[in-house]
Amino acid sequence: MLNAAAKLSAKIFADDIEKVPTRDGFGKGSVEVGGKDSRVVVLCADLTESTRAEWFQKEFPERFVEVGIAEQNMAGVAAGMAVAGKIPFITSYAAFNPGRNYEHIRTTIALNHVPVKICGMHAGVSVGPDGATHQMLEDIGLMRMLPGMTVLVPGDAEEARKAVIAATSLDGPVYIRFGRAATPVFTTSETPFQIGKSLVLWESDAPRAAILSTGSMAHTALMAARALSAEGIESIVLHVPTVKPLDEEMILTVAKRASRIITIEEHQAAGGFGSAVAELLSQRYPVPMRLLGVADMFGQSGTPDELLSHYGLDAVHIKEAVQALVAV
Amino acid sequence: MNLSDLEITKLEAQAEAVRETIITMLVAAGSGHTAGPLGMADIFTAFYFHILKHDPKNPELGDRDRLILSNGHICPVRYATMAHAGYFSVQECLTLRKFGSRLQGHPERERLPGLETTSGPLGEGLSQAAGIAYVFKMDNKKQRVFCVMGDGEQEEGSVWEAMMFAGKYKLHNLTAIIDRNNIQIDGMTEDIMPLEPIADKYRAFNWHVIEVNGNDIRAFIAAVDEAKAVYEKPTVIIAHTIPGKGVSEIEFDYHWHGKPPTKEEGERFLKEIRTMSGKVPHEYA
Repeated sequence: MLNAAAKLSAKIFADDIEKVPTRDGFGKGSVEVGGKDSRVVVLCADLTESTRAEWFQKEFPERFVEVGIAEQNMAGVAAGMAVAGKIPFITSYAAFNPGRNYEHIRTTIALNHVPVKICGMHAGVSVGPDGATHQMLEDIGLMRMLPGMTVLVPGDAEEARKAVIAATSLDGPVYIRFGRAATPVFTTSETPFQIGKSLVLWESDAPRAAILSTGSMAHTALMAARALSAEGIESIVLHVPTVKPLDEEMILTVAKRASRIITIEEHQAAGGFGSAVAELLSQRYPVPMRLLGVADMFGQSGTPDELLSHYGLDAVHIKEAVQALVAV
Repeated sequence: MNLSDLEITKLEAQAEAVRETIITMLVAAGSGHTAGPLGMADIFTAFYFHILKHDPKNPELGDRDRLILSNGHICPVRYATMAHAGYFSVQECLTLRKFGSRLQGHPERERLPGLETTSGPLGEGLSQAAGIAYVFKMDNKKQRVFCVMGDGEQEEGSVWEAMMFAGKYKLHNLTAIIDRNNIQIDGMTEDIMPLEPIADKYRAFNWHVIEVNGNDIRAFIAAVDEAKAVYEKPTVIIAHTIPGKGVSEIEFDYHWHGKPPTKEEGERFLKEIRTMSGKVPHEYA
């Protein structure tokens, strides 16, 4: 059953649930923090419309910096601005930020330990028709390996808004991952969000498995859990928007209760969120696991739904994985 | 401002003391770069003993000028000059590259107060310096930003991104200094990847360009003064230096880019510096 304490959308299982891209959450959140904190600046590399950086640009033109198509320079300029007292958000597609400019982020932001907020838009295969070059599937891995980097993967646009606000007041570098496609807004303004905390979406008294998701896969996991419940397989869905630092306590609790763990993410199955969970559980409380994600492949052109289904990132595949795992 | 001959002589003597420390610390470290630091001793002395607004006892001084070292591998010259200026003891220079030292092989901002950035990987300093200069301009702050880069470093594409950025935003409070010593690890820059005409390239990116003898302290200070008077553009000072300046065996030899002197070589080099290449009859140290 749904966890009432999560105060989720009343339309959570309705066909007409509101769908908004998580990048809109960046646009909203950045305008909100921009109004409250004059240290906030937003940098963009010639993608103001699609990253939603233009929402901030319109409100605070004097604190918006257009760097041109130069993501490496954007990282360095932001590091310098942070050294000089600002809180910069750097925005582009995840393939280029943190893909293209990874070593600049490593040296000038992470090792330098300055509060630059790295915003990677258009992550995952749900970018759609643009194809493999623009469908970043390795960013969570890249960023979570950097010492001192906080990694946030919001589940919907509302949570993305909260993540931007929370990241602003965190004194250190943060990576926030956003998607292009409109996805269900399953949380509400009442839903709790705190960096480092996970959220139980679906509960049961006698769970046989727990589905741990990050990003917009949360809603997909929820659909799978409901379908499984109808077949008599009870589960827990734990949404984990902070990939680093992981909510270790809650993940261990869930592992102890459910004894079977499935992770799901719109990322390579290797090196990302599932790996982070496996690193924790293999050392602290080993349980049988399945890591769902893209299986060592690049993406391709298609509609978001076609691609998510093709790469095994839909409710059908989650359901099958749970059925197979509880049979072990 | 015109400096007297005596003031210049004092700065030159200070630069020689910095060179001695560089040789001593590199011998103690057993690894590191020699030619670049020796070649830049005059410029770093000019910065810390004349040009910069700074306070060695208060490295976080709010309205200090910012000196960004982009080619972090020449950090022995920065460490040595900072020590002589009073940031920490000259003795601490002997910990260079050792376990637990604040003087890392490439400089880390969080370990040593007075470093403005973490650097070493090339092509990143100018972006950061431009970011700082952008903020100072935005907030109407008067202090200046200086960024020292290597000449080989100009081969990194991100330098050109930063050049475009600084040119676009007319960061007149930003002065870049290129250590034009013509060497890099694998050989001469013009053989590895030709940079010339480097001055024309910067001009084309809307920078004011000054070329100067980087081992002439008076000329370098005059160049910085000229840069301060330019209000519509960032300035680059192309400082022609002699790699390994002060030690004849090292001068102009690219093989000395990335290795330290042995103990025996160190003694020979120190003697050369201390006797001004044999011009004075005995060592005074």
